[in-house]
Amino acid sequence: MAALVQLRDVVKHFPVTRSLGELVRGEHPAVRALDGVSFDIGSGDAIAIVGESGCGKTTLGRLMLKLTEPTTGTIAFDGTALAGLAGEGLRGFRRQAQLVFQNPFDALNPRFTIYRAVAEPLLNAGIDKAEHEDRVAAAFRRVHLADLDRYLDKYPHQLSGGQLQRVVLARALVLAPRFLVADEPVSMLDVSVRAGILALMREVRDTMGLTAVYISHDLALVRYLCGRTLVMYLGRIVEDAPTDEIVRRPRHPYTQALVAAVPVPDADQPRVPLPIKGNVPDAREPPSGCSFRDRCPHAMTRCAEVAPPLREVAGGHRVACHLELA
Amino acid sequence: MAERAEPAIPTRSSWSLLGVLRRIVAMPLHDPFAFTGLVIYVLFALVALFADQLAPADPLEILFTKTGKLAANVAPGAEFLLGTTNLGRDIYGELVHGTRSALAVGLSAAIIVAIVGTVVGLVAGYFGGTTDAILMRIADMALSLPFLPFVIVLTGFLGASTSNIVLAVALLLWPNSARVIRSQVLTLRERAYVEAARVTGASQWRILFVHIAPNILPLSFVYAAIAIGWAIITEASVSFLGFGDSTSVSWGMMLQDAFSSQALSRGQYAWFVPPGLCIILVVVAGFFISRGYEEVFMPRLRGR
Repeated sequence: MAALVQLRDVVKHFPVTRSLGELVRGEHPAVRALDGVSFDIGSGDAIAIVGESGCGKTTLGRLMLKLTEPTTGTIAFDGTALAGLAGEGLRGFRRQAQLVFQNPFDALNPRFTIYRAVAEPLLNAGIDKAEHEDRVAAAFRRVHLADLDRYLDKYPHQLSGGQLQRVVLARALVLAPRFLVADEPVSMLDVSVRAGILALMREVRDTMGLTAVYISHDLALVRYLCGRTLVMYLGRIVEDAPTDEIVRRPRHPYTQALVAAVPVPDADQPRVPLPIKGNVPDAREPPSGCSFRDRCPHAMTRCAEVAPPLREVAGGHRVACHLELA
Repeated sequence: MAERAEPAIPTRSSWSLLGVLRRIVAMPLHDPFAFTGLVIYVLFALVALFADQLAPADPLEILFTKTGKLAANVAPGAEFLLGTTNLGRDIYGELVHGTRSALAVGLSAAIIVAIVGTVVGLVAGYFGGTTDAILMRIADMALSLPFLPFVIVLTGFLGASTSNIVLAVALLLWPNSARVIRSQVLTLRERAYVEAARVTGASQWRILFVHIAPNILPLSFVYAAIAIGWAIITEASVSFLGFGDSTSVSWGMMLQDAFSSQALSRGQYAWFVPPGLCIILVVVAGFFISRGYEEVFMPRLRGR
């Protein structure tokens, strides 16, 4: 299947304020949020991007929506490079690619009624006002907010988190996009409403034929939603495989640790201690070679010298680890 | 195709800027201080509007007694409510007509300060970078000027007219509001709903004026109300120091006349106490109202 989204060697550095010494020495310290990321998303696919806080997964999502620009590398949507988009081309892209936010309490303008919030994309896309009410109503049916009139004139603070996230989803769907990025869509919600939102996201994805990216730190959630998972560590993809493979046969030591950390709903089962230790290193000064080596239980001398490239080890399974490449 | 019962959606015309304005109008009803301030303003506004009816004579006219002598330093009484000046002018008439120039100075300065400060703050905060740096360095320069000397020098160069005093006050006061509004915009532009507006294709100006500006509007009103007081005080100070517009009547000019003719030593309290009180009242009213809008803007300030 043709790739809808293509990333090639995407690098994103955030410059940090220079100290006087760095200024004198002419250094440009930067947080390396992304350090050479390449992958394709096939049309109609659902992929997950998994990793711990600060690994660059949110930056990756923002890059794919052209909310920020890569330092180097290219991102293409439907064969068109995002970097060159402006004016009408950019508006066309905005109609096709949408975002679902992590925090629904902050994602809606507190001064806008629910109707205005959901109609806003239509207004921005230049769609005739006469169509707005029908299309908003259709978007609300899609997210199962029945009893429309109860919501439309309300303000965000009058709704619950689960309802708000449905409104946010309705806003994202009202333009009938092809591509949807969901950044931790349920992490701010009560556990009791998470399952409902996740089922809803799966349903709209299937019925609308969306290509979707789910950004999450939660492997259990990802397993429910996505056929393919990318595991990120410190701005790099360390493993890319079908989600079942990732969960059953993780190959990268970091993925193995992530899988071991997924809680098992059985209080009697003994917990396996995590094989890794320590915290994520400073993204301003990542370790030489493999960025995971200082936490890896299998680190070798080679790991400090050469960064392992992301290579295919089996059909559709890529890993960046010297253990696999040896 | 099956018939669906479409829920009727009433036409929605609620524009959020209107909602903000409605709250701005409704605020004084909930806050006793702001209400007091508003009452004071309304009273002064009525006096200014009907000044010609309240004191029909030209306030600068020099009056004579029936015997043809100069009606100087007449004590307050039935004929002259507050007496006359040493040059034979009706103090009551001067006070009434002075309200006009005070309010004109205060309101025009407030409007200019609010508009300039809001636009500069919005643009600097939202676009950042070089635009922000240039605007904020200009603001720094304006803030570093000593207030009264600058006004005196500027009116010295441009002429001692009321409009030049307003211009000087506006030139000096916009940076305060611009800086505070800029800092507020800096936090607002990082909010997820602003990013949401971008992702749904809203233009830069739409984000700035539809999604961000309504949130800082109450702040603009705070600074406008503060500017009213400052402008009136400044006009009075400049007039008192003798650099004001000698052809128009103002409270500051009255104080200057009283001071230079040594009204205090003659015990002519009716000459300088009323204009002094009027200045205090209008300025305090401005601060009361701005205090009320601060609470609208920052609900955390609301008392028990």
